[in-house]
Amino acid sequence: MKLVIPSIHYLAILPVLIFFGAALALVLASALARGKVPLGVATLTVIAAAAASIVANYFQWRCVAKAGASVTIAHAVVLDDFSVVASGVIALSVIMTALVAHDWAIRERVSGVEFHILALASASGALLMTQANDLIVIFLGLEILSIGLYVLVAFDRHRSTSSEAALKYFLLGGFASAIFIYGAALVYGATGSTNLSTISYFLGTNVLLHPGLLYAGGALLLVGFAFKIAAVPFHLWSPDVYQGAPTPVTGLMASIVKVGAFAALIRVLISALGTQLDTWRPILWILIVLTTLVGASLAVVQRNVKRMLAYSSINHAGFILLGVWAGTIRGTAATLFYVITYAPIVVATFAIVTLIGGVGDEHHSIERYQGLARRQPWLGAALAVLLLSQLGAPLTTGFYAKFAVLASVVDAGGGALALIALISAAIAAFFYLRWAMALYSDDGPEADRIVVPRATAVVIGFGVAVTLVFGIWPGPLVTLAQHATVLFTP
Amino acid sequence: MNVPAAWYLVLAAGLFGIGAFGLLTRRSALIMFMCIELMLNAVNLTFVTFSRTLNDISGQAIVFFVMVVAAAEVTVGLGIVVAVFRRRSSTSVDELSEMKG
Repeated sequence: MKLVIPSIHYLAILPVLIFFGAALALVLASALARGKVPLGVATLTVIAAAAASIVANYFQWRCVAKAGASVTIAHAVVLDDFSVVASGVIALSVIMTALVAHDWAIRERVSGVEFHILALASASGALLMTQANDLIVIFLGLEILSIGLYVLVAFDRHRSTSSEAALKYFLLGGFASAIFIYGAALVYGATGSTNLSTISYFLGTNVLLHPGLLYAGGALLLVGFAFKIAAVPFHLWSPDVYQGAPTPVTGLMASIVKVGAFAALIRVLISALGTQLDTWRPILWILIVLTTLVGASLAVVQRNVKRMLAYSSINHAGFILLGVWAGTIRGTAATLFYVITYAPIVVATFAIVTLIGGVGDEHHSIERYQGLARRQPWLGAALAVLLLSQLGAPLTTGFYAKFAVLASVVDAGGGALALIALISAAIAAFFYLRWAMALYSDDGPEADRIVVPRATAVVIGFGVAVTLVFGIWPGPLVTLAQHATVLFTP
Repeated sequence: MNVPAAWYLVLAAGLFGIGAFGLLTRRSALIMFMCIELMLNAVNLTFVTFSRTLNDISGQAIVFFVMVVAAAEVTVGLGIVVAVFRRRSSTSVDELSEMKG
């Protein structure tokens, strides 16, 4: 019997290799140097690796432009513009998080080198998810992403909430993974393959006499994803984990998990199960209504800003799901546009929350923000802009992102759904504005001036610049997102 | 004796259900952890059964991936459980209530 090794297109998996290779190199260096690798060197390694990955994305883009989308490694991994753009955003989020984590590790006197190693390894899982064309590859990406994050959440040894959050995240994350893979097993039984293209072809050419197995499998896959993106009613872990995790980790989770999970969700629902659109749409409808409304309403009653941002991110997850619900190319482009603009904003927001949290990472009540803009105008204004962008105010990227998903939903005949989402946005506006007003109030406590370290300042500045520049001039990003979805569905 | 494939599937579904039920009702982190393992093994049994009925080897190959993932989860999960236990001398999740809201 001859063993056939599938051919590998190395350019396609280059970003994953770079990220994982850099993580291994740092582990090795840290072992050889007996744990005395300087933090700065590790931070630079992360930035270099992520930058190299973005360069690789550029060559991938050129390759796709020339040769079209392609699949490799026995059809398990896909290279198309969609994966290229999503990978680029993940690499960017990793750079931003690395800079914030650098200053955070110095302030908290924890070992930042391990932080960087875990962040790189996790991000390689997210990158794999954006390229996965097989349910098993999605599962592997999900696990690589999650296992690294479980440890990162527990990273702050000085604080008991950190390990408490990690245990919750781990138990519920493991539960979600088991549900996801059981769904994959049932879909495999119903269609005879775990490959997304093969599933799509099978469903397009056969009529299932007993679709129960497929429906059960699809539903379980959806539940698994809903856990990961924290859609209501599978969101219960999210506020606790967001609150307990070290703040830079929260930023990382909010960005790369969303990008990776939504990229994979789109591939599963639209590429593989596109023929079953009428079946999964009503389920997604309920999920979106619950996610947007519950996320926005519960955010209003929070006093802890990290919990507030957790519920806000639940609300955003509902909005991103809108584009998936549309099920059209336009909806997919809108979803992609939403995640590429949301990721830098949320990392920058958590960068500011990291600073205000102070030593010990514990001062996260909204009272700490009273009069911040009066004491430190630049920092306050930056936070106000980031909040307004999440709210969806005009002249920020948040506005176009919300507009694009809503337009795609109305286009696909979901007027009522768009209306409910808008109502939730109005509720969400209340707490974003309350927070922004607090920044400019006069009766703030006389707190010490918050020192903004240089690396974190760069991250905040970048986040604000992205949201303002592309808020006023969204053309390039819109073109990018649209272009990225033209060659979608291999 | 030839056991029909459906029986294996029912057994796997039963194991998965027991795992999920245990995870939702038990309060000890270690037992919840064992329930996740039980669920993953139920998935493995499902994959192998379908692999036989479909006459397709990939289902059996997938089982190895799931096993590796389960092993990796054990490593990290036990580490976290130990970290929590050191702080509180208990693995009951009911005592994990510092965060509310």
